[in-house]
Amino acid sequence: MKELKILGVVVFFTLLTYWGVEPYAHSVMHPHVESDGFKYDDLPALTKKGDAQRGAQTFLSAGCTGCHGVKAAGMPAPMDPNAAAASFGVNPPDLSNAGSVYDEKFLAALIKNPEHALMVEHKFSKMGRAYPMPAFYGVGGDKDQEVADIVAYLKSIAKKDVTPKEAYELACGRCHAMHYDNWTQIGEKPKFKHKKDELLFEAKVLEYQDHLTKYLGKLPPDLSMYIRSRGEHYLKTFMENPQNLLHGTAMPRVGVTAEAAEKVLEHMADVGDAKRHERTSVGVKVMIYLFIFAILAYLWKQSLWRELH
Amino acid sequence: MAHFEKANSLEEWLDQRLAIKTLRRVLAEEYWIPKNINFLWAMGMVLAVTFGILLVSGIFLLMYYQPNVKLAFDSVNYTIMKEVEFGWLWRHMHAVAASVVFLIIYIHMFTGIYYGSYKKGRELIWISGMLLFVTFSAEAFSGYMLPWGQMSYWAGMVITNLFSLGSLELNGLVEWIRGDYVPGQAFLDRFFMLHVLLLPLVIMALIGLHFGTLRIPHVNNQDGEEIDFDAEAKKYLEGKKKESKVIRFANDFMSKDMFVVSIFLIFYFYLVFWHFDFAMDPINFDPADGLKTPPHIYPEWYFLWSYEILRPFPKDPGLVAFGFAQVIFFALPFLDKSPNVAPASRRGTFKYWFWLLLVDMIVLTVMGKLPPQGIYSTIGLVAAVVFIGLWVALPFITKNEKAV
Ligand code: HEC
Ligand code: HEC
Ligand code: HEM
Repeated sequence: MKELKILGVVVFFTLLTYWGVEPYAHSVMHPHVESDGFKYDDLPALTKKGDAQRGAQTFLSAGCTGCHGVKAAGMPAPMDPNAAAASFGVNPPDLSNAGSVYDEKFLAALIKNPEHALMVEHKFSKMGRAYPMPAFYGVGGDKDQEVADIVAYLKSIAKKDVTPKEAYELACGRCHAMHYDNWTQIGEKPKFKHKKDELLFEAKVLEYQDHLTKYLGKLPPDLSMYIRSRGEHYLKTFMENPQNLLHGTAMPRVGVTAEAAEKVLEHMADVGDAKRHERTSVGVKVMIYLFIFAILAYLWKQSLWRELH
Repeated sequence: MAHFEKANSLEEWLDQRLAIKTLRRVLAEEYWIPKNINFLWAMGMVLAVTFGILLVSGIFLLMYYQPNVKLAFDSVNYTIMKEVEFGWLWRHMHAVAASVVFLIIYIHMFTGIYYGSYKKGRELIWISGMLLFVTFSAEAFSGYMLPWGQMSYWAGMVITNLFSLGSLELNGLVEWIRGDYVPGQAFLDRFFMLHVLLLPLVIMALIGLHFGTLRIPHVNNQDGEEIDFDAEAKKYLEGKKKESKVIRFANDFMSKDMFVVSIFLIFYFYLVFWHFDFAMDPINFDPADGLKTPPHIYPEWYFLWSYEILRPFPKDPGLVAFGFAQVIFFALPFLDKSPNVAPASRRGTFKYWFWLLLVDMIVLTVMGKLPPQGIYSTIGLVAAVVFIGLWVALPFITKNEKAV
């Protein structure tokens, strides 16, 4: 039929244009980076089997709690976020859920040499700056065993199913605000009764951000809309290894597990693309309605045109 | 004062006062359409429906949008997208319709070019259509400023910069347009005004004009045949519907329009719910930042071909070429010297002209998006030269065309 042929021509040129300006142009502008599935192949595998009970002891002797809180084990943070940022440039995260959010190979490598695991040597030792979190030199025994024990301990106290929000707060929250979710780098912004308290809180956030900016060279962006501005694929591969996509960046490789990365993404989608589930369900209904509309329109046309041809 | 009888129905009551029966007859029932046309003639109706969607969704967005550089981004991305019930739906509908409307406009235009529907009395239809195209372009550009994202800001910067007219360095003109040295509050306010008031008014007036220009020459048909509408209408009214070459606009053609519209709506809503990224550039979900230039600045897809006519040349010739591309379509009825009103396939050399123009504009569109490096700049340059060459050649090609 002639009309179908014409339709075919229109569709062909439309798709050709679409292919050129979307998939093709984007593949040229943004070289494709594949995820390695958060395997961290550059880091050595754990050779020793850790023991959580011994790890609890080692963890305390290692001095981690001098800087980090572990609320799950009844240890509050030794300093408030601002005081911590004044000393370190950033607030060391609470480690309660570190065992389930961070990959175990990564944790072990981090404890032995934080800068290396985080891939930020170019911003610290190579620039003659000391990294705020010290490397662990062992507490007298076999260092590999001690590290494995600490990791086992962290895993034993961590919640198995952290929520998407908890994963985000631990992995990204100390650096990235998300004001569409009321999140600031020093925690959730509470509701204030008095304007004065609110201003005091905001002043604290600004002070924290000043330290952070000095520490990282720039203020990490607010991630509220990043699920739309960067898209899932970019965020995932960026989280896995920021250096691949922004060479020389101060953003560390955070070392999350594949599962935790999914949760971080889910949280970012909950904030920046909140209505995506509603979108699909409304979409299906609208489509059903339109198909019925199209059938009725077709029948109407046929009934009138029968007399015309 | 005129004499009024008591009316027996609402219809009669209205007819006494508004002559609705006459209106209906003149505008719909006895507005005659050739029978020999295909679905491409429904694109105008699709455009009218899409404009309706833009208008209604725009009005809903307007209830929450804040034209303020500090609030605009959040009013769109937070208030409308998260807080307001179905705000996301209106926004996606608005943004996708703004993009799709151009696809349909281009199909509509190329249909006109293919069938020669711009000459022998139809010149004003073409010119009013081109005015609509230009105003729609301004409407889309001004709308794109409103969410105050990175692309809003930087596209606004780049496009307004063009008004310095190259070596003339009319920086004063650029500042006058922006209301400031760089895009800022004054800039956002005036583009807001243009987008929600002045340009929509102009568009509605132009749609009226466009319809008016159609009335006397009537729409063209697939063979470019000249039809005696009075004689054919008479046949139709005598009941010889099968024999007559014309049909009523309502309900005969309208029923076909509606079927095409329904297929279009399926396509459009599929995009709204599942494939909207092409119409809402991800980069515009980063808030405007005058200190951070995005690595790639490009306009929306429908401006790419003319952007690419600007880019490959040195500054001044580029602007001249760009200006040429903006106005040359207006001149089509006068550059086509052939008296033939017929599909391009029957018009000898013009056939190749048509397909070359189409392919060339697609090539320009794709090159306009790609970074201007290496082979892409070369292809872009060649395509831009071909574009200009095609228009220069048109009068010569058509002058000696054999009558069909
Ligand atoms: C002198 C203070 C200090 C000590 C001691 C310390 N840390 Fe840290 N730690 C930090 C700081 C500061 C950061 C945040 C660094 C950053 O974000 O750039 C950090 C970050 C971390 C992170 C998050 C890394 C990531 O991927 O984002 C983990 C996990 C961690 N520390 C575990 C430990 C463990 C386990 C110990 C004990 C072996 C320890 N820390 C000892 C200061 C310390
Ligand atoms: C130690 C602080 C720190 C942590 C923790 C951190 N980031 Fe970042 N992030 C940064 C800095 C600094 C930048 C700015 C990088 C630049 O522009 O070079 C950044 C930039 C980004 C960007 C923008 C990249 C771009 O293309 O512009 C994204 C996305 C991002 N981070 C995601 C995350 C996610 C997701 C997490 C948690 C899994 C996270 N970050 C954890 C410091 C951090
Ligand atoms: C008179 C009717 C219209 C009104 C009242 C209106 C109103 C608005 C408002 C308030 C916005 C800002 C919210 C947003 O960005 O989503 C907007 C955005 C926009 N409008 Fe319109 N609009 C109208 C018609 C049009 C038309 C005819 C077009 C194009 C042909 C258009 C193209 C756009 C575009 C491209 C955006 C940016 C969309 C985005 O980035 O999400 N609008 N419009």
